[in-house]
Amino acid sequence: MTQVPADSYVTEDGRTIGPTVMEMKNITLRFGGVKAITDISFDIREGEIRAIIGPNGAGKSSMLNVISGFYVPQEGEVWYKGAKRPAMKPYQVAQQGIARTFQNIALFEGMSVLDNVMTGRLRQMNANLIQQALWKGRAEKEEVENRAFVEKIIDFLEIQHIRKTPVGRLPYGLKKRVELARALAAEPSILLLDEPMAGMNVEEKEDMSRFILDMNDEFGTTIALIEHDMGVVMDLSDRVVVMDYGKKIGDGTPDEVRNNQDVIDAYLGVAHD
Amino acid sequence: MFYREAGDFKTNYADDNQTFPIKFDRYRYYALMLFAFIVVPFLINDYWVNAIFLPFLIYSIAAIGLNILVGYCGQVSLGTGGFMAVGAYACYKLMTSFPEISIFIHVLLAGGVTALVGVLFGLPSLRIKGFYLAVATLAAQFFLVWLFNRVPWFYNYSASGQISAPERTVFGVAVTGPNTSAWATYLFCLVLLTIVGLIARNLTRGMQGRKWMAIRDMDIAAEIIGVNPLKAKLSAFAVSSFFIGVAGALYFSVYLGAVEVGEAFGINQSFLVLFMIIIGGLGSIFGSFAGAAFLVLMPVLLKNVLVGGLGWPTDIAAHLEFLIVGALIIVFLIAEPHGLAQLWRVAKEKLRLWPFPH
Repeated sequence: MTQVPADSYVTEDGRTIGPTVMEMKNITLRFGGVKAITDISFDIREGEIRAIIGPNGAGKSSMLNVISGFYVPQEGEVWYKGAKRPAMKPYQVAQQGIARTFQNIALFEGMSVLDNVMTGRLRQMNANLIQQALWKGRAEKEEVENRAFVEKIIDFLEIQHIRKTPVGRLPYGLKKRVELARALAAEPSILLLDEPMAGMNVEEKEDMSRFILDMNDEFGTTIALIEHDMGVVMDLSDRVVVMDYGKKIGDGTPDEVRNNQDVIDAYLGVAHD
Repeated sequence: MFYREAGDFKTNYADDNQTFPIKFDRYRYYALMLFAFIVVPFLINDYWVNAIFLPFLIYSIAAIGLNILVGYCGQVSLGTGGFMAVGAYACYKLMTSFPEISIFIHVLLAGGVTALVGVLFGLPSLRIKGFYLAVATLAAQFFLVWLFNRVPWFYNYSASGQISAPERTVFGVAVTGPNTSAWATYLFCLVLLTIVGLIARNLTRGMQGRKWMAIRDMDIAAEIIGVNPLKAKLSAFAVSSFFIGVAGALYFSVYLGAVEVGEAFGINQSFLVLFMIIIGGLGSIFGSFAGAAFLVLMPVLLKNVLVGGLGWPTDIAAHLEFLIVGALIIVFLIAEPHGLAQLWRVAKEKLRLWPFPH
């Protein structure tokens, strides 16, 4: 058996969880007088599935938006791959290798599934305008190479049959899958999933859970996800952050979180006397 | 039946990426190109060139240009006339300042100048969208026309305020000025249109086109997957204005020969090209051709039928022509809001299965 480095550990099911890739340090986010996030710190380690849960309005999506650069927190620091991240535009964050999906699907409706997934390869395609205009050299080569990679993702997510269909014509469940394919095509170092199973039936949820686990397993993708379905969260994730009213009330393995009194109070309510 | 794709398998991604993936389409395209380059030049005379071919070729270039900006990148522009004027005046200044250089180079350089001006007027698009952007580009339209009217340097201090194209040649054959032959001007514009069409197609089927369409369909999602909105929008303005500038240069130098800016490049011109791409189909290169053909050919056809065929007086025919073209536009848009390109796609789908319904 290979030696596990000091900063890593092996899970029960045999996956190696590496060192910290991203660390949020004392993040506070305000909208005018409203505090969306208050002094939250947590880390995401390489190769793990990290869940962020909490009741409605707890600030989970705001947290994801801070990570992906939509919101700039008033206080606190984001550390990524061992360095403090300066204030960045969302597209710069994406270029650093952080991909995400949205709660309400954000696909390009007028483009085919293939083109949508190909846009995920933006970071890997660098041909300049002239090369692209002539369709020569690098441009031609990159199109073919990246198409091959994208086809692998398309196979993996089982959307081959709709490859050339415009996204606007697809049903909801498939759209969710295409959005996942686009994020995965970017070969992200962290993949953020904002409620990947919202609005799905049990069968679709099972499919999606399988894809998330397989992704993590086969590509070693680090995943941070927000989800409301407790059963799903507890089954999928390695560690869970629990938020309530913008504050962190729990952090740990699913078992630790399940038995945390604050978490139980937040979810079930607590008697006031 | 007519339209076979069964048995036409692709075994690599390069084959699947080509412009015409279906063999039948590809051969039809080659045949059309051969016909346009080799047969047509021997058949046409001055009437055909000036009434039909030149306006069709030149408006096609302009329509492709505007379609890249509006149809592919989703940035509405009403400044087309102004940008064509930039191309025309840049070409005029270059022609008169460097008479020994080939007009071909001048036209391309005029496109380059227009691209720079387009980028400048594209800057507001970073902050404003939709109708508001349209109004901002309208400012470009009026400002540019005013500029070329008021600053005598642009028209070389000529007394009339007009610019007129001196005789210039390509490989010793005159393509501008009074002594041109029909086939020369036709071929000159056809070569440029072919280049523009190929470039537009290559850009829109590759990564740059995906970036533009991503911005068009959902700009926030585009940003989150790493599209730099500044670069994507400005590159669309640059490429689009380049093509429109080339069209403007040809419109002035090869087609009209002499122009007065307010007349030739007014707001009407902007709307005309915009209607072409709306009728032809937004976000489609074929649609640009179809729209240009429709709006150029329809009036000529109607005139020939009404005046030549039915013998009506020209003034009644001219009025009726407006009415009929207007009505046809409405009919087309109601029947198929996505333009002629969509009608073409539907027809192809049907032909694949003909004569069977499913």
